[in-house]
Amino acid sequence: MFETRDKFDVIVIGGGHAGCEAAAAAARMGADTLLLTHKLETIGVMSCNPAIGGLGKGHLVREIDALDGIMARAIDQAGIQFRMLNKSKGPAVRGPRAQADRKLYREAIQRFIAEQDNLIAKGEPVGDVILNEAGDKIEGVITEAGDRYYAPCVILTTGTFLRGMIHRGEERIPAGRVGEEPSVKLGETIERLGFPLGRLKTGTPPRLDGKTINWDALEAQEADNPPIPFSFLNERIDVPQIQCHITYTNEKTHQIIEDNLKKSSMYAGHIKGVGPRYCPSIEDKVVRFSDKPRHQIFLEPEGLDDDTVYPNGISNSLPVEVQEAFLKTIAGLENAKILVPGYAIEYDYVDPRALYKTLETKKVAGFYLAGQINGTTGYEEAAAQGLMAGLNAAIKASGRDQDFILDRSQAYIGVMIDDLTTRGASEPYRMFTSRAEYRLMLRADNADQRLTPFGLDIGCIGSQRAKAFEEKQALLFKAREQATAEALSPNELENYNIYVNQDGVRRNSMDLLRYPNITFDQLAGIWPFMREWRADIRDQIEIDALYAGYLERQQADIHAFKKDENLVLPADIDYRAVGSLSNEIVEKLERAKPETIGAASRIQGITPPALLSLLRFVKANKHDNAKKKAS
Amino acid sequence: MTAKNETIYAPATLIGPAGLSVFRVSGPKAFESLSLLLGRELEVKPRTSFVAKLIHPDTRLVIDEGLILPFKGPHSFTGEDVVEYHLHGGHAVAQSFLSAMAHMFDHRLAEPGEFTKRAFEHGRLDLTQAEAVADLIHAETEAQRLLALDQLEGRLGALYQNWAERLKKALAYLEADIDFGDDEELSDDLMATVTPLIKEIAGSMETHLNDDSRGERLRDGLKVAIIGAPNAGKSSLVNALAKRDVAIVTDIEGTTRDVVEVHLNLGGYPAIIADTAGLRETDDIVEGEGIKRARAWAEDADLKIALFDSRNKPDETTLAMIDAGTIILSSHSDEATPHAMIAEKEAMPLSLKKAETVQALVDLLKRTAQNIFMKNVSRETKDDMPLITRARHRAFVTTALEHLKRAENAPSQDMMAEDVRLAMRTLGKITGHVDVEDLLDLIFDDFCIGK
Repeated sequence: MFETRDKFDVIVIGGGHAGCEAAAAAARMGADTLLLTHKLETIGVMSCNPAIGGLGKGHLVREIDALDGIMARAIDQAGIQFRMLNKSKGPAVRGPRAQADRKLYREAIQRFIAEQDNLIAKGEPVGDVILNEAGDKIEGVITEAGDRYYAPCVILTTGTFLRGMIHRGEERIPAGRVGEEPSVKLGETIERLGFPLGRLKTGTPPRLDGKTINWDALEAQEADNPPIPFSFLNERIDVPQIQCHITYTNEKTHQIIEDNLKKSSMYAGHIKGVGPRYCPSIEDKVVRFSDKPRHQIFLEPEGLDDDTVYPNGISNSLPVEVQEAFLKTIAGLENAKILVPGYAIEYDYVDPRALYKTLETKKVAGFYLAGQINGTTGYEEAAAQGLMAGLNAAIKASGRDQDFILDRSQAYIGVMIDDLTTRGASEPYRMFTSRAEYRLMLRADNADQRLTPFGLDIGCIGSQRAKAFEEKQALLFKAREQATAEALSPNELENYNIYVNQDGVRRNSMDLLRYPNITFDQLAGIWPFMREWRADIRDQIEIDALYAGYLERQQADIHAFKKDENLVLPADIDYRAVGSLSNEIVEKLERAKPETIGAASRIQGITPPALLSLLRFVKANKHDNAKKKAS
Repeated sequence: MTAKNETIYAPATLIGPAGLSVFRVSGPKAFESLSLLLGRELEVKPRTSFVAKLIHPDTRLVIDEGLILPFKGPHSFTGEDVVEYHLHGGHAVAQSFLSAMAHMFDHRLAEPGEFTKRAFEHGRLDLTQAEAVADLIHAETEAQRLLALDQLEGRLGALYQNWAERLKKALAYLEADIDFGDDEELSDDLMATVTPLIKEIAGSMETHLNDDSRGERLRDGLKVAIIGAPNAGKSSLVNALAKRDVAIVTDIEGTTRDVVEVHLNLGGYPAIIADTAGLRETDDIVEGEGIKRARAWAEDADLKIALFDSRNKPDETTLAMIDAGTIILSSHSDEATPHAMIAEKEAMPLSLKKAETVQALVDLLKRTAQNIFMKNVSRETKDDMPLITRARHRAFVTTALEHLKRAENAPSQDMMAEDVRLAMRTLGKITGHVDVEDLLDLIFDDFCIGK
């Protein structure tokens, strides 16, 4: 169908992981949505490493899925090596991860976008936005070709394209990613609107030709068998599973890198952006950890019928000839041919403290930012923000006076957005499980339990998932009832050769599942109905039992946390009028504009007396306002 | 899952020798626990006090008889239902009452500043109470940076800080292994150090807690034992010191069959003086038990006062218990000169009929008390840990230790990390909070992480 409309509810700029998730989410909510991107073919492209999930990130993917997002379902159709990380370290920190076939992944995403009702995608780069006269409200966008599209809500998800600059040795190429134009005009637009900008950098390793790698010399790593799907909707994975391989740098490699450090863009001082500490370039690793004799390299295949290999662990900004030289020293890569050399990329990002927790900018109503533009790194972090921006934009466009915000006690998504909007991003922000203080509750396995009810409430859950979720809830409810219905005394348990403290306390199967020396099968011997539980239900019950004591305590902590979150700070508060706040603290507060006392307390450098003054001020003002109203 | 609003309790006055000890309970179940303690349903007439016996719900024994003062929220200090219990002062009553409260459903010991915090939350507090409110914000928000500074000067703070720092290290290792271990080559040696480190800190905490309550002794009073043969005049001396009759004094030997404690103020320092059973060989089972306790008490005491009747030959049993710090008294000095054996030990003469001899003893006790306290305060030996002097610290360290014990035996790493985190946070309530970003800094500084 030929589409000539120019009025929509929500416009999404960018077709990466944030943009696709945002567009799909808004459309699921029933908003008339337009997705604008440079080229339709690059929708859903993985520009960095070919993998989805991991520790903390896998949690995000499950949460996106729980709100009926597309990332989990796409990777389930494209994953060629599924692995559950941290299998032995406890259910709360397990992280699903899969290597992706780039092409399959891109195709899956493009299919979801194409099939989504209420969503139109166009390959037209955007150059500018349309604001109202006061400049505090968005009204639409203007493409580089000059076409205008109107919508009350616009979501900008331009990733590393904002004035992107590729560095490789002395080379400097303006680009969003290799071979693609950066968004210079949009970068200027953002600057003109007065958003606080910063510069970050990230890097990528050289892509290798798999046919030139000596695989026999390398350590292999198998996929999990059976692979565990990301999406709660999928029971199994049909994509063929392959091996990955591991190799290592050595002292010779390090010597070459050290000898050529001055040629690295990073070390030559061409790059001003701050890079992530957890994803250092190989130059950084060699310099900072000079005592380490070797560094690990994961050789990740980019696809089933694609010979490209992504050597994860050696991102760098060295000149091509140095990259070639050091590769020759690495086992298995002696003759490896570089398809695309590695590079560092520098890009603009907006200080996310300029955003509300809905990801709407504080400056321009209806204008949302999501993804790497907010200082994050990683597909999953981007997608999760896209989802939240899409949902909130759709709600706003529909005229409902409501925000959809997840807090730190509800989701990793909530942790991330709270971190970003209160602390900003001084380095590219990546999710870790250790960022989540309620980690034992926020698990990948229970993301649906935690979030799908919210999704049903706001209306972003499709009928298929709604039905599957209802079914699962019913089964869980029944299993929990069964598990707690009957309790046996220590004496009675002895009849089944189960020995616990002779304390006269009766224990049900949930209580007993907690004991490391009592097996599920032993208990199923007493209570045969346990064998009837579906695999996912059984997992859930076992995990709940395992964490029972801890969860109660976390619940109590959450209660305390929520109280502070409920002390709301007015949006128009004038921090200079508070008095007794140092300039430094006023600046910090003005930048972050915390929405609650709880959020204010999480800003680094906010002192107790400052919080006190703030509280007093707010209380006094409330009092004044109440008096005014009364008189 | 609805979060519950717990009822909190805490002593409102210092626990120790005092006429009264006030406890405060606040929260939705404050009246419920009162009913349980009274053993009957109760119709609360707010702000109407009454006297009642409190029964321990577990042991069914009387805790104390006290004055009960219920306040119906919002007309209370915190704005919630509040019950004030005015009980007799003293450690035993306090212990009994607190242990009874620990049995109450949905009740827990209040955190520092929590009553004030609740008062604030319910709008009951004047905001000019600046310091109080600053404390409250920090005692409960995740930040908890505000340390109770005045309680933290010196080595105690340094000790807790040191534990917290080392736990932070252990946690950083754990977290690094959780967040990066599957992808990175982290040295196995690092993980292997975590459990021993936790055990070591737990061990230090145990030592710290098992200090024979020296700190509490300092807080509650110096323990002074009066020993001597039956009828040497111990009880009379105690009475003279206390200026009131607390021990039964008769002329029949062996009247005092148990340990009677008297609390005294020795020039500002608290002391507990014990009148113990007279030391002698006996076949009487009850008296024998009394003597056994007397010995135990005396051995445990900070200071012994050995009493010898000038009119009699010094008894071997008491002589055998004298040590370097023992104060030796020659009693009834107005009736006889001290026995030569006692005189050569620089015994002080004592006659209850001569006030100046009692005063001389009191002066000596004051000086001795001062010496002992000063010694304890300034003890600088390296291995010697600072003393726990406050219930709050003991409670936190005890909780932290419980977490570490659980961490040692945790079935998986995520739960181990959780308990280490909680232990650290518990210490953090005394020493300041540990922030996630701090932890990440530590992880990145120590490890080469990055795929």
